[in-house]
Amino acid sequence: MEVPILKQGGYLIATIQAALSDADLIKLQDALVEQVGKYRSKGVIIDVTALDVMDSFATRTLRSIAHMIKLRGAETVICGIQPEVAFAMVQLGLTLEGISTALDLEEGLALLNKRTREREAARGR
Amino acid sequence: MHFSTSGLESARRHVGDEVRVLIEADSDIVLAREHGRLIGKKIGFSATDLTIIATAISEVARNILVFAKSGEIVIREVSEHGRSGIQITARDNGPGIPDISLAMQEGYSTGKGLGMGLPGSRRLMDEFQVISSAGNGTIVEMKKWVNQNG
Amino acid sequence: MAKKEDNRITSDTDQNVPSESIGELLRQLVAHLRQNRTQLRQEWARRITQAKLLTAMSQDEIFAEATTIYDNYVEALESGTFEALQGYARNLSERIIPRGVETQEVIGIVLLLRDVLARSLFAKYQHDFALLNRILDAYEPAANSIANTVAVGFVQERERTITQQQEAIRELSTPVLQVRERLLILPIIGVIDPQRARQLTEQLLRGIRTNRAKVVVIDITGVAAMDSNVANHLVQTVEASRLLGATVIVTGLSPEIAQTLVTIGVDLTKMNTVGDLQGGIEEAEKLLGYKVILVSDTTAQA
Repeated sequence: MEVPILKQGGYLIATIQAALSDADLIKLQDALVEQVGKYRSKGVIIDVTALDVMDSFATRTLRSIAHMIKLRGAETVICGIQPEVAFAMVQLGLTLEGISTALDLEEGLALLNKRTREREAARGR
Repeated sequence: MHFSTSGLESARRHVGDEVRVLIEADSDIVLAREHGRLIGKKIGFSATDLTIIATAISEVARNILVFAKSGEIVIREVSEHGRSGIQITARDNGPGIPDISLAMQEGYSTGKGLGMGLPGSRRLMDEFQVISSAGNGTIVEMKKWVNQNG
Repeated sequence: MAKKEDNRITSDTDQNVPSESIGELLRQLVAHLRQNRTQLRQEWARRITQAKLLTAMSQDEIFAEATTIYDNYVEALESGTFEALQGYARNLSERIIPRGVETQEVIGIVLLLRDVLARSLFAKYQHDFALLNRILDAYEPAANSIANTVAVGFVQERERTITQQQEAIRELSTPVLQVRERLLILPIIGVIDPQRARQLTEQLLRGIRTNRAKVVVIDITGVAAMDSNVANHLVQTVEASRLLGATVIVTGLSPEIAQTLVTIGVDLTKMNTVGDLQGGIEEAEKLLGYKVILVSDTTAQA
Protein backbone atom coordinates (compact mmCIF):
# COMPACT_ATOMS: atom_id res chain seq x y z
CA MET A 1 0.00 0.00 0.00
CA GLU A 2 1.56 3.24 -1.16
CA VAL A 3 1.50 6.34 1.02
CA PRO A 4 -0.01 9.39 -0.71
CA ILE A 5 2.13 12.54 -0.53
CA LEU A 6 0.30 15.83 -0.70
CA LYS A 7 2.03 19.08 -1.65
CA GLN A 8 0.66 21.95 0.38
CA GLY A 9 2.37 25.31 -0.05
CA GLY A 10 5.98 24.85 0.96
CA TYR A 11 5.27 21.60 2.77
CA LEU A 12 4.87 17.95 1.88
CA ILE A 13 2.29 15.96 3.84
CA ALA A 14 2.52 12.17 3.84
CA THR A 15 -0.46 10.48 5.42
CA ILE A 16 0.00 6.84 6.28
CA GLN A 17 -3.38 5.17 5.90
CA ALA A 18 -2.91 1.59 7.01
CA ALA A 19 -0.38 -0.80 8.45
CA LEU A 20 2.72 -0.62 6.28
CA SER A 21 5.08 -3.33 5.20
CA ASP A 22 8.81 -2.65 5.36
CA ALA A 23 8.90 -2.24 1.58
CA ASP A 24 6.16 0.42 1.73
CA LEU A 25 8.16 2.38 4.31
CA ILE A 26 11.29 2.29 2.17
CA LYS A 27 9.23 3.47 -0.80
CA LEU A 28 7.93 6.35 1.30
CA GLN A 29 11.47 7.27 2.26
CA ASP A 30 12.64 7.35 -1.37
CA ALA A 31 9.61 9.33 -2.52
CA LEU A 32 9.90 11.95 0.23
CA VAL A 33 13.61 12.49 -0.19
CA GLU A 34 13.14 12.91 -3.92
CA GLN A 35 10.15 15.24 -3.73
CA VAL A 36 11.65 17.52 -1.08
CA GLY A 37 14.29 18.48 -3.64
CA LYS A 38 11.92 18.57 -6.58
CA TYR A 39 9.45 20.95 -4.93
CA ARG A 40 12.03 22.79 -2.83
CA SER A 41 9.88 22.06 0.22
CA LYS A 42 10.67 23.69 3.56
CA GLY A 43 9.07 21.05 5.67
CA VAL A 44 7.66 17.53 5.73
CA ILE A 45 4.88 16.15 7.89
CA ILE A 46 4.45 12.43 8.27
CA ASP A 47 1.06 11.63 9.74
CA VAL A 48 1.15 8.22 11.44
CA THR A 49 -2.30 8.37 13.06
CA ALA A 50 -3.35 5.16 11.31
CA LEU A 51 -0.28 3.19 12.40
CA ASP A 52 -1.20 0.70 15.12
CA VAL A 53 2.36 -0.47 15.65
CA MET A 54 5.72 1.30 15.53
CA ASP A 55 8.36 -1.36 15.83
CA SER A 56 12.12 -0.88 15.69
CA PHE A 57 12.16 -1.01 11.90
CA ALA A 58 9.46 1.62 11.44
CA THR A 59 11.07 3.88 14.03
CA ARG A 60 14.48 3.51 12.45
CA THR A 61 13.12 4.25 8.99
CA LEU A 62 11.25 7.34 10.20
CA ARG A 63 14.43 8.50 11.88
CA SER A 64 16.48 8.06 8.70
CA ILE A 65 13.82 9.87 6.70
CA ALA A 66 14.05 12.82 9.08
CA HIS A 67 17.83 12.87 8.88
CA MET A 68 17.89 12.67 5.09
CA ILE A 69 15.33 15.44 4.83
CA LYS A 70 17.41 17.55 7.18
CA LEU A 71 20.39 17.01 4.87
CA ARG A 72 18.23 18.30 2.04
CA GLY A 73 17.52 21.44 4.04
CA ALA A 74 14.02 20.83 5.32
CA GLU A 75 12.34 20.08 8.67
CA THR A 76 10.38 16.93 9.51
CA VAL A 77 7.51 16.60 11.97
CA ILE A 78 6.01 13.22 12.87
CA CYS A 79 2.44 13.61 14.03
CA GLY A 80 -0.41 11.46 15.26
CA ILE A 81 1.40 8.79 17.28
CA GLN A 82 -1.34 7.02 19.26
CA PRO A 83 -1.06 6.84 23.06
CA GLU A 84 -0.86 3.02 23.04
CA VAL A 85 1.76 3.08 20.31
CA ALA A 86 3.85 5.62 22.23
CA PHE A 87 3.57 3.45 25.33
CA ALA A 88 4.73 0.32 23.50
CA MET A 89 7.57 2.23 21.82
CA VAL A 90 9.12 3.46 25.07
CA GLN A 91 8.72 0.01 26.64
CA LEU A 92 10.59 -1.42 23.69
CA GLY A 93 13.24 1.25 24.19
CA LEU A 94 12.49 3.29 21.09
CA THR A 95 12.51 7.08 20.96
CA LEU A 96 12.51 9.64 18.20
CA GLU A 97 15.25 11.72 19.70
CA GLY A 98 16.04 14.90 17.81
CA ILE A 99 12.90 14.62 15.71
CA SER A 100 9.94 16.95 16.17
CA THR A 101 6.65 15.38 17.12
CA ALA A 102 3.13 16.78 17.24
CA LEU A 103 -0.26 15.63 18.41
CA ASP A 104 -1.96 15.74 15.02
CA LEU A 105 -1.78 17.28 11.56
CA GLU A 106 -3.04 20.67 12.75
CA GLU A 107 -0.40 20.85 15.46
CA GLY A 108 2.22 19.57 13.05
CA LEU A 109 1.50 22.38 10.61
CA ALA A 110 1.60 24.97 13.40
CA LEU A 111 4.94 23.60 14.55
CA LEU A 112 6.41 23.69 11.03
CA ASN A 113 5.19 27.28 10.57
CA LYS A 114 6.87 28.29 13.81
CA ARG A 115 10.11 26.52 12.90
CA THR A 116 10.19 28.07 9.44
CA ARG A 117 9.57 31.56 10.84
CA GLU A 118 12.38 31.11 13.36
CA ARG A 119 14.74 29.94 10.67
CA GLU A 120 13.92 32.79 8.36
CA ALA A 121 14.32 35.28 11.19
CA ALA A 122 17.70 33.79 12.04
CA ARG A 123 18.82 33.99 8.43
CA GLY A 124 17.59 37.55 8.04
CA ARG A 125 19.68 38.74 10.93
CA MET B 1 4.80 -27.93 6.16
CA HIS B 2 3.23 -25.34 3.96
CA PHE B 3 1.11 -22.40 4.93
CA SER B 4 -0.73 -20.02 2.70
CA THR B 5 -0.19 -16.38 3.50
CA SER B 6 -2.74 -14.66 1.29
CA GLY B 7 -5.48 -13.06 3.34
CA LEU B 8 -6.38 -13.52 6.97
CA GLU B 9 -8.69 -16.49 6.58
CA SER B 10 -6.53 -18.63 4.37
CA ALA B 11 -3.46 -18.07 6.52
CA ARG B 12 -5.23 -19.51 9.53
CA ARG B 13 -4.42 -23.05 10.46
CA HIS B 14 -6.23 -23.88 13.62
CA VAL B 15 -4.79 -26.60 15.76
CA GLY B 16 -7.00 -26.22 18.78
CA ASP B 17 -6.87 -22.49 19.37
CA GLU B 18 -3.70 -21.92 17.43
CA VAL B 19 -3.04 -19.69 14.48
CA ARG B 20 0.09 -20.27 12.45
CA VAL B 21 1.52 -17.69 10.10
CA LEU B 22 4.33 -18.50 7.74
CA ILE B 23 6.91 -15.73 7.70
CA GLU B 24 8.74 -15.43 4.42
CA ALA B 25 8.09 -11.87 3.25
CA ASP B 26 7.80 -8.57 5.11
CA SER B 27 4.05 -8.43 4.45
CA ASP B 28 3.74 -11.59 6.56
CA ILE B 29 4.92 -9.58 9.57
CA VAL B 30 1.85 -7.35 9.24
CA LEU B 31 -0.33 -10.45 8.95
CA ALA B 32 1.16 -12.04 12.09
CA ARG B 33 0.56 -8.80 14.01
CA GLU B 34 -3.06 -8.70 12.95
CA HIS B 35 -3.58 -12.28 14.13
CA GLY B 36 -1.94 -11.42 17.43
CA ARG B 37 -4.39 -8.55 17.88
CA LEU B 38 -7.41 -10.68 16.94
CA ILE B 39 -6.55 -13.49 19.33
CA GLY B 40 -5.45 -11.09 22.06
CA LYS B 41 -8.72 -9.22 21.81
CA LYS B 42 -10.64 -12.47 22.18
CA ILE B 43 -8.64 -13.30 25.30
CA GLY B 44 -9.50 -9.92 26.80
CA PHE B 45 -6.35 -7.78 26.60
CA SER B 46 -6.60 -3.99 26.86
CA ALA B 47 -5.92 -1.70 23.89
CA THR B 48 -2.45 -0.92 25.23
CA ASP B 49 -1.63 -4.59 25.75
CA LEU B 50 -2.84 -5.44 22.25
CA THR B 51 -0.44 -2.86 20.84
CA ILE B 52 2.37 -4.22 23.01
CA ILE B 53 1.66 -7.78 21.82
CA ALA B 54 1.53 -6.69 18.18
CA THR B 55 4.84 -4.84 18.61
CA ALA B 56 6.55 -7.87 20.17
CA ILE B 57 5.26 -10.10 17.35
CA SER B 58 6.62 -7.59 14.86
CA GLU B 59 10.07 -7.77 16.42
CA VAL B 60 10.38 -11.56 16.56
CA ALA B 61 8.87 -11.95 13.09
CA ARG B 62 11.41 -9.54 11.67
CA ASN B 63 14.17 -11.46 13.43
CA ILE B 64 13.06 -14.55 11.51
CA LEU B 65 13.12 -12.69 8.22
CA VAL B 66 16.48 -11.03 8.78
CA PHE B 67 18.37 -14.00 10.22
CA ALA B 68 16.68 -17.10 8.83
CA LYS B 69 14.85 -15.82 5.70
CA SER B 70 11.77 -17.86 6.65
CA GLY B 71 10.02 -19.49 9.56
CA GLU B 72 6.69 -19.44 11.34
CA ILE B 73 4.86 -17.67 14.11
CA VAL B 74 2.38 -19.64 16.20
CA ILE B 75 -0.08 -17.68 18.31
CA ARG B 76 -2.37 -19.31 20.83
CA GLU B 77 -4.41 -18.73 23.93
CA VAL B 78 -3.05 -20.26 27.12
CA SER B 79 -4.30 -20.49 30.67
CA GLU B 80 -2.57 -21.30 33.91
CA HIS B 81 -3.63 -20.99 37.56
CA GLY B 82 -6.94 -19.49 36.49
CA ARG B 83 -5.40 -16.66 34.48
CA SER B 84 -5.46 -16.46 30.72
CA GLY B 85 -2.82 -15.23 28.38
CA ILE B 86 -1.35 -15.35 24.94
CA GLN B 87 1.61 -17.40 23.83
CA ILE B 88 3.65 -16.53 20.80
CA THR B 89 6.20 -18.92 19.40
CA ALA B 90 8.58 -17.87 16.66
CA ARG B 91 10.36 -20.78 15.00
CA ASP B 92 12.93 -20.93 12.23
CA ASN B 93 15.55 -23.25 10.81
CA GLY B 94 18.10 -20.54 10.30
CA PRO B 95 21.71 -20.35 11.42
CA GLY B 96 20.71 -20.12 15.09
CA ILE B 97 22.20 -17.95 17.80
CA PRO B 98 25.64 -19.07 18.99
CA ASP B 99 25.57 -16.96 22.17
CA ILE B 100 22.07 -16.28 23.49
CA SER B 101 23.11 -14.19 26.49
CA LEU B 102 25.07 -11.95 24.14
CA ALA B 103 22.05 -11.64 21.84
CA MET B 104 19.89 -10.67 24.82
CA GLN B 105 22.15 -7.75 25.68
CA GLU B 106 20.88 -4.27 24.96
CA GLY B 107 22.22 -2.87 21.75
CA TYR B 108 23.57 -6.16 20.45
CA SER B 109 22.79 -6.81 16.83
CA THR B 110 24.28 -8.67 13.94
CA GLY B 111 21.48 -7.93 11.51
CA LYS B 112 20.05 -4.69 10.27
CA GLY B 113 18.01 -4.04 13.39
CA LEU B 114 18.66 -1.65 16.20
CA GLY B 115 19.63 -4.53 18.41
CA MET B 116 16.45 -4.35 20.41
CA GLY B 117 14.59 -7.18 18.77
CA LEU B 118 15.08 -9.80 21.48
CA PRO B 119 15.77 -7.73 24.61
CA GLY B 120 13.01 -5.31 23.61
CA SER B 121 10.47 -8.07 23.14
CA ARG B 122 11.43 -9.49 26.51
CA ARG B 123 10.59 -6.15 28.13
CA LEU B 124 7.23 -6.07 26.39
CA MET B 125 6.15 -9.56 27.47
CA ASP B 126 5.75 -11.26 30.86
CA GLU B 127 7.64 -14.43 30.00
CA PHE B 128 10.36 -14.90 27.46
CA GLN B 129 12.50 -17.83 26.45
CA VAL B 130 14.97 -18.44 23.64
CA ILE B 131 16.10 -21.89 22.57
CA SER B 132 18.83 -21.86 19.98
CA SER B 133 22.27 -23.05 19.09
CA ALA B 134 24.52 -22.48 16.13
CA GLY B 135 23.22 -24.36 13.09
CA ASN B 136 20.02 -25.58 14.71
CA GLY B 137 17.57 -22.79 14.18
CA THR B 138 15.91 -20.63 16.81
CA ILE B 139 12.74 -20.87 18.87
CA VAL B 140 11.52 -17.82 20.75
CA GLU B 141 8.61 -18.45 23.08
CA MET B 142 6.94 -15.57 24.87
CA LYS B 143 3.81 -15.11 26.93
CA LYS B 144 1.75 -12.27 28.25
CA TRP B 145 -0.98 -12.58 30.86
CA VAL B 146 -4.17 -10.61 31.10
CA ASN B 147 -4.24 -8.13 33.99
CA GLN B 148 -0.63 -8.58 34.84
CA ASN B 149 1.60 -5.68 34.17
CA GLY B 150 5.18 -5.52 33.20
CA MET C 1 -43.08 -27.11 43.75
CA ALA C 2 -46.17 -29.04 42.77
CA LYS C 3 -44.63 -30.83 39.86
CA LYS C 4 -45.36 -34.53 39.53
CA GLU C 5 -42.52 -36.78 40.55
CA ASP C 6 -43.37 -39.28 37.80
CA ASN C 7 -42.50 -36.91 35.01
CA ARG C 8 -39.06 -36.36 36.45
CA ILE C 9 -38.40 -40.01 36.92
CA THR C 10 -39.22 -41.00 33.38
CA SER C 11 -37.30 -38.16 31.73
CA ASP C 12 -33.79 -39.47 31.38
CA THR C 13 -31.54 -36.42 31.35
CA ASP C 14 -28.71 -37.84 33.39
CA GLN C 15 -25.99 -37.92 30.78
CA ASN C 16 -23.35 -37.09 33.34
CA VAL C 17 -24.13 -40.08 35.48
CA PRO C 18 -22.01 -42.97 34.36
CA SER C 19 -24.15 -45.96 35.29
CA GLU C 20 -27.85 -46.44 35.28
CA SER C 21 -28.04 -47.59 38.85
CA ILE C 22 -26.46 -44.36 40.10
CA GLY C 23 -28.94 -42.44 38.02
CA GLU C 24 -31.75 -44.41 39.58
CA LEU C 25 -30.39 -43.76 43.07
CA LEU C 26 -30.07 -40.04 42.40
CA ARG C 27 -33.67 -40.01 41.19
CA GLN C 28 -34.80 -41.60 44.42
CA LEU C 29 -32.74 -39.09 46.31
CA VAL C 30 -34.19 -36.13 44.43
CA ALA C 31 -37.70 -37.42 45.05
CA HIS C 32 -36.94 -37.66 48.75
CA LEU C 33 -35.56 -34.11 48.86
CA ARG C 34 -38.60 -32.76 47.04
CA GLN C 35 -41.02 -34.52 49.36
CA ASN C 36 -39.32 -33.17 52.46
CA ARG C 37 -38.54 -29.76 51.02
CA THR C 38 -40.32 -27.66 53.66
CA GLN C 39 -38.94 -29.50 56.65
CA LEU C 40 -35.34 -29.75 55.35
CA ARG C 41 -35.26 -26.09 54.37
CA GLN C 42 -36.36 -25.08 57.84
CA GLU C 43 -33.83 -27.36 59.43
CA TRP C 44 -31.08 -25.90 57.28
CA ALA C 45 -32.04 -22.29 58.03
CA ARG C 46 -32.15 -23.15 61.74
CA ARG C 47 -28.66 -24.66 61.59
CA ILE C 48 -27.33 -21.60 59.73
CA THR C 49 -28.60 -19.30 62.49
CA GLN C 50 -27.34 -21.66 65.18
CA ALA C 51 -23.86 -21.71 63.64
CA LYS C 52 -23.92 -17.88 63.57
CA LEU C 53 -23.39 -17.76 59.84
CA LEU C 54 -24.71 -14.99 57.57
CA THR C 55 -25.11 -12.70 60.59
CA ALA C 56 -25.35 -9.74 58.25
CA MET C 57 -28.73 -11.01 57.06
CA SER C 58 -32.16 -11.19 58.70
CA GLN C 59 -34.00 -14.47 59.43
CA ASP C 60 -36.42 -13.87 56.55
CA GLU C 61 -33.61 -13.13 54.14
CA ILE C 62 -31.75 -16.26 55.19
CA PHE C 63 -34.86 -18.35 54.71
CA ALA C 64 -35.57 -16.84 51.30
CA GLU C 65 -32.01 -17.43 50.08
CA ALA C 66 -31.97 -20.89 51.65
CA THR C 67 -35.09 -21.79 49.70
CA THR C 68 -33.61 -20.72 46.39
CA ILE C 69 -30.30 -22.43 47.06
CA TYR C 70 -32.16 -25.58 48.14
CA ASP C 71 -34.21 -25.70 44.95
CA ASN C 72 -31.16 -25.02 42.79
CA TYR C 73 -29.27 -27.67 44.71
CA VAL C 74 -31.93 -30.29 44.03
CA GLU C 75 -32.07 -29.19 40.37
CA ALA C 76 -28.32 -29.66 40.08
CA LEU C 77 -28.49 -33.11 41.70
CA GLU C 78 -31.19 -34.10 39.29
CA SER C 79 -29.79 -32.73 36.05
CA GLY C 80 -26.10 -33.18 36.82
CA THR C 81 -25.49 -29.73 35.32
CA PHE C 82 -24.40 -26.76 37.39
CA GLU C 83 -25.02 -23.74 35.14
CA ALA C 84 -28.18 -22.60 36.90
CA LEU C 85 -26.61 -23.05 40.31
CA GLN C 86 -23.45 -21.32 39.18
CA GLY C 87 -25.47 -18.38 37.89
CA TYR C 88 -27.37 -18.18 41.15
CA ALA C 89 -24.19 -18.44 43.23
CA ARG C 90 -22.70 -15.53 41.32
CA ASN C 91 -25.88 -13.51 41.69
CA LEU C 92 -26.07 -14.26 45.40
CA SER C 93 -22.40 -13.35 45.87
CA GLU C 94 -22.92 -10.06 44.06
CA ARG C 95 -25.67 -9.19 46.54
CA ILE C 96 -24.04 -10.36 49.75
CA ILE C 97 -20.40 -9.34 49.20
CA PRO C 98 -21.15 -5.62 49.71
CA ARG C 99 -22.77 -6.60 53.01
CA GLY C 100 -19.57 -8.10 54.28
CA VAL C 101 -20.33 -11.81 53.99
CA GLU C 102 -17.12 -13.79 54.21
CA THR C 103 -15.93 -16.72 52.14
CA GLN C 104 -15.98 -19.13 55.09
CA GLU C 105 -19.64 -18.28 55.73
CA VAL C 106 -20.64 -19.27 52.23
CA ILE C 107 -18.63 -22.46 52.38
CA GLY C 108 -20.07 -23.05 55.85
CA ILE C 109 -23.69 -22.88 54.74
CA VAL C 110 -23.11 -25.17 51.79
CA LEU C 111 -21.42 -27.72 54.03
CA LEU C 112 -24.31 -27.41 56.49
CA LEU C 113 -26.81 -28.18 53.75
CA ARG C 114 -24.75 -31.17 52.78
CA ASP C 115 -24.85 -32.31 56.40
CA VAL C 116 -28.59 -31.72 56.82
CA LEU C 117 -29.36 -33.69 53.69
CA ALA C 118 -27.01 -36.54 54.57
CA ARG C 119 -28.61 -36.87 58.00
CA SER C 120 -32.06 -37.03 56.47
CA LEU C 121 -30.88 -39.72 54.07
CA PHE C 122 -29.46 -41.61 57.00
CA ALA C 123 -32.78 -41.38 58.84
CA LYS C 124 -34.69 -42.59 55.81
CA TYR C 125 -32.46 -45.49 54.80
CA GLN C 126 -31.06 -46.62 58.15
CA HIS C 127 -33.11 -49.82 57.95
CA ASP C 128 -31.15 -50.90 54.88
CA PHE C 129 -27.44 -50.21 55.24
CA ALA C 130 -26.52 -51.58 51.83
CA LEU C 131 -28.97 -49.23 50.16
CA LEU C 132 -27.88 -46.31 52.35
CA ASN C 133 -24.30 -46.92 51.29
CA ARG C 134 -25.22 -46.92 47.63
CA ILE C 135 -27.30 -43.77 48.05
CA LEU C 136 -24.45 -42.01 49.82
CA ASP C 137 -22.04 -43.16 47.10
CA ALA C 138 -24.26 -41.50 44.54
CA TYR C 139 -24.87 -38.42 46.68
CA GLU C 140 -21.31 -37.64 47.79
CA PRO C 141 -19.63 -36.78 44.47
CA ALA C 142 -22.62 -34.76 43.30
CA ALA C 143 -22.80 -32.87 46.60
CA ASN C 144 -19.07 -32.19 46.46
CA SER C 145 -19.31 -30.76 42.95
CA ILE C 146 -22.16 -28.55 44.07
CA ALA C 147 -20.27 -27.29 47.12
CA ASN C 148 -17.30 -26.59 44.89
CA THR C 149 -19.38 -24.73 42.33
CA VAL C 150 -20.91 -22.42 44.91
CA ALA C 151 -17.64 -21.75 46.74
CA VAL C 152 -15.67 -21.10 43.56
CA GLY C 153 -18.45 -18.85 42.28
CA PHE C 154 -18.29 -16.81 45.45
CA VAL C 155 -14.51 -16.53 45.49
CA GLN C 156 -14.41 -15.48 41.83
CA GLU C 157 -17.02 -12.82 42.44
CA ARG C 158 -15.10 -11.58 45.45
CA GLU C 159 -11.87 -11.36 43.49
CA ARG C 160 -13.66 -9.47 40.76
CA THR C 161 -14.96 -6.97 43.31
CA ILE C 162 -11.52 -6.52 44.83
CA THR C 163 -9.91 -5.97 41.44
CA GLN C 164 -12.54 -3.37 40.62
CA GLN C 165 -11.97 -1.55 43.87
CA GLN C 166 -8.20 -1.58 43.41
CA GLU C 167 -8.69 -0.17 39.93
CA ALA C 168 -10.91 2.61 41.30
CA ILE C 169 -8.43 3.48 44.04
CA ARG C 170 -5.60 3.61 41.56
CA GLU C 171 -7.57 5.88 39.22
CA LEU C 172 -8.21 8.20 42.13
CA SER C 173 -4.59 8.24 43.20
CA THR C 174 -3.29 9.63 39.91
CA PRO C 175 -5.47 12.50 38.83
CA VAL C 176 -4.58 14.21 35.58
CA LEU C 177 -5.64 17.83 36.05
CA GLN C 178 -6.09 20.46 33.40
CA VAL C 179 -5.16 23.85 34.89
CA ARG C 180 -5.21 25.83 31.71
CA GLU C 181 -5.97 25.14 28.12
CA ARG C 182 -3.29 22.75 26.86
CA LEU C 183 -1.59 22.48 30.25
CA LEU C 184 -1.92 19.35 32.39
CA ILE C 185 -0.67 18.71 35.90
CA LEU C 186 0.02 15.24 37.23
CA PRO C 187 0.73 15.29 40.96
CA ILE C 188 2.13 11.93 42.05
CA ILE C 189 1.77 11.01 45.68
CA GLY C 190 2.95 7.91 47.47
CA VAL C 191 4.69 4.79 46.33
CA ILE C 192 5.18 4.07 42.66
CA ASP C 193 5.29 0.41 41.73
CA PRO C 194 5.58 -0.83 38.14
CA GLN C 195 1.85 -1.38 37.88
CA ARG C 196 1.03 2.12 39.08
CA ALA C 197 3.72 3.65 36.91
CA ARG C 198 2.18 1.94 33.93
CA GLN C 199 -1.32 3.06 34.76
CA LEU C 200 -0.15 6.57 35.41
CA THR C 201 1.56 6.76 32.03
CA GLU C 202 -1.44 5.34 30.20
CA GLN C 203 -3.74 7.84 31.90
CA LEU C 204 -1.43 10.75 31.16
CA LEU C 205 -1.09 9.80 27.49
CA ARG C 206 -4.85 9.56 27.11
CA GLY C 207 -5.18 12.89 28.92
CA ILE C 208 -2.70 14.53 26.55
CA ARG C 209 -4.69 13.32 23.58
CA THR C 210 -8.17 14.26 24.84
CA ASN C 211 -7.11 17.66 26.23
CA ARG C 212 -4.76 18.38 23.32
CA ALA C 213 -2.13 19.24 25.91
CA LYS C 214 1.18 20.74 24.85
CA VAL C 215 2.83 20.95 28.26
CA VAL C 216 2.61 18.58 31.21
CA VAL C 217 3.93 19.29 34.69
CA ILE C 218 4.64 16.11 36.66
CA ASP C 219 5.02 16.98 40.33
CA ILE C 220 6.78 14.34 42.42
CA THR C 221 6.94 16.28 45.69
CA GLY C 222 4.78 13.56 47.22
CA VAL C 223 7.00 10.70 46.13
CA ALA C 224 8.91 9.49 49.15
CA ALA C 225 11.60 7.42 47.52
CA MET C 226 12.85 6.66 44.09
CA ASP C 227 14.98 3.81 42.90
CA SER C 228 16.38 3.24 39.43
CA ASN C 229 13.27 1.30 38.46
CA VAL C 230 10.92 4.13 39.27
CA ALA C 231 13.28 6.66 37.73
CA ASN C 232 13.33 4.68 34.51
CA HIS C 233 9.55 4.62 34.48
CA LEU C 234 9.56 8.37 34.88
CA VAL C 235 11.97 8.72 31.97
CA GLN C 236 9.69 6.48 29.88
CA THR C 237 6.66 8.57 30.78
CA VAL C 238 8.47 11.72 29.69
CA GLU C 239 9.58 10.14 26.42
CA ALA C 240 6.15 8.73 25.62
CA SER C 241 4.57 12.15 26.23
CA ARG C 242 7.06 13.72 23.88
CA LEU C 243 6.11 11.21 21.17
CA LEU C 244 2.61 12.70 21.38
CA GLY C 245 4.09 16.15 20.94
CA ALA C 246 3.90 17.30 24.57
CA THR C 247 6.72 18.79 26.64
CA VAL C 248 7.10 17.48 30.17
CA ILE C 249 8.39 19.50 33.12
CA VAL C 250 9.25 17.54 36.27
CA THR C 251 8.99 19.40 39.56
CA GLY C 252 9.50 18.63 43.22
CA LEU C 253 12.65 16.51 43.02
CA SER C 254 13.80 16.47 46.64
CA PRO C 255 17.52 16.82 47.42
CA GLU C 256 17.56 13.18 48.57
CA ILE C 257 16.00 11.94 45.36
CA ALA C 258 18.26 14.14 43.24
CA GLN C 259 21.24 12.67 45.06
CA THR C 260 20.03 9.10 44.68
CA LEU C 261 19.43 9.56 40.98
CA VAL C 262 22.91 10.92 40.39
CA THR C 263 24.45 8.17 42.50
CA ILE C 264 22.67 5.34 40.71
CA GLY C 265 23.50 6.96 37.40
CA VAL C 266 20.06 7.67 35.99
CA ASP C 267 20.40 10.10 33.13
CA LEU C 268 17.95 12.90 33.77
CA THR C 269 19.78 15.47 31.69
CA LYS C 270 17.21 15.12 28.94
CA MET C 271 14.52 15.93 31.44
CA ASN C 272 13.19 19.38 31.96
CA THR C 273 13.24 19.92 35.74
CA VAL C 274 12.11 22.90 37.79
CA GLY C 275 12.40 23.22 41.58
CA ASP C 276 8.80 23.38 42.72
CA LEU C 277 5.32 23.09 41.30
CA GLN C 278 4.79 26.85 41.16
CA GLY C 279 7.97 27.35 39.20
CA GLY C 280 6.96 24.49 36.95
CA ILE C 281 3.61 26.05 36.15
CA GLU C 282 5.27 29.41 35.44
CA GLU C 283 7.71 27.70 33.09
CA ALA C 284 4.84 25.87 31.42
CA GLU C 285 2.93 29.11 30.93
CA LYS C 286 5.98 30.67 29.34
CA LEU C 287 6.24 27.73 26.94
CA LEU C 288 2.58 28.14 26.06
CA GLY C 289 3.04 31.87 25.49
CA TYR C 290 1.09 33.07 28.50
CA LYS C 291 2.18 36.14 30.42
CA VAL C 292 0.88 36.66 33.94
CA ILE C 293 0.25 40.27 34.90
CA LEU C 294 -0.93 41.54 38.28
CA VAL C 295 -4.36 43.15 38.03
CA SER C 296 -3.24 46.14 40.17
CA ASP C 297 -0.46 46.86 37.67
CA THR C 298 -2.84 47.00 34.74
CA THR C 299 -5.37 49.21 36.54
CA ALA C 300 -2.61 51.53 37.72
CA GLN C 301 -1.54 51.96 34.12
CA ALA C 302 -5.07 52.58 32.88
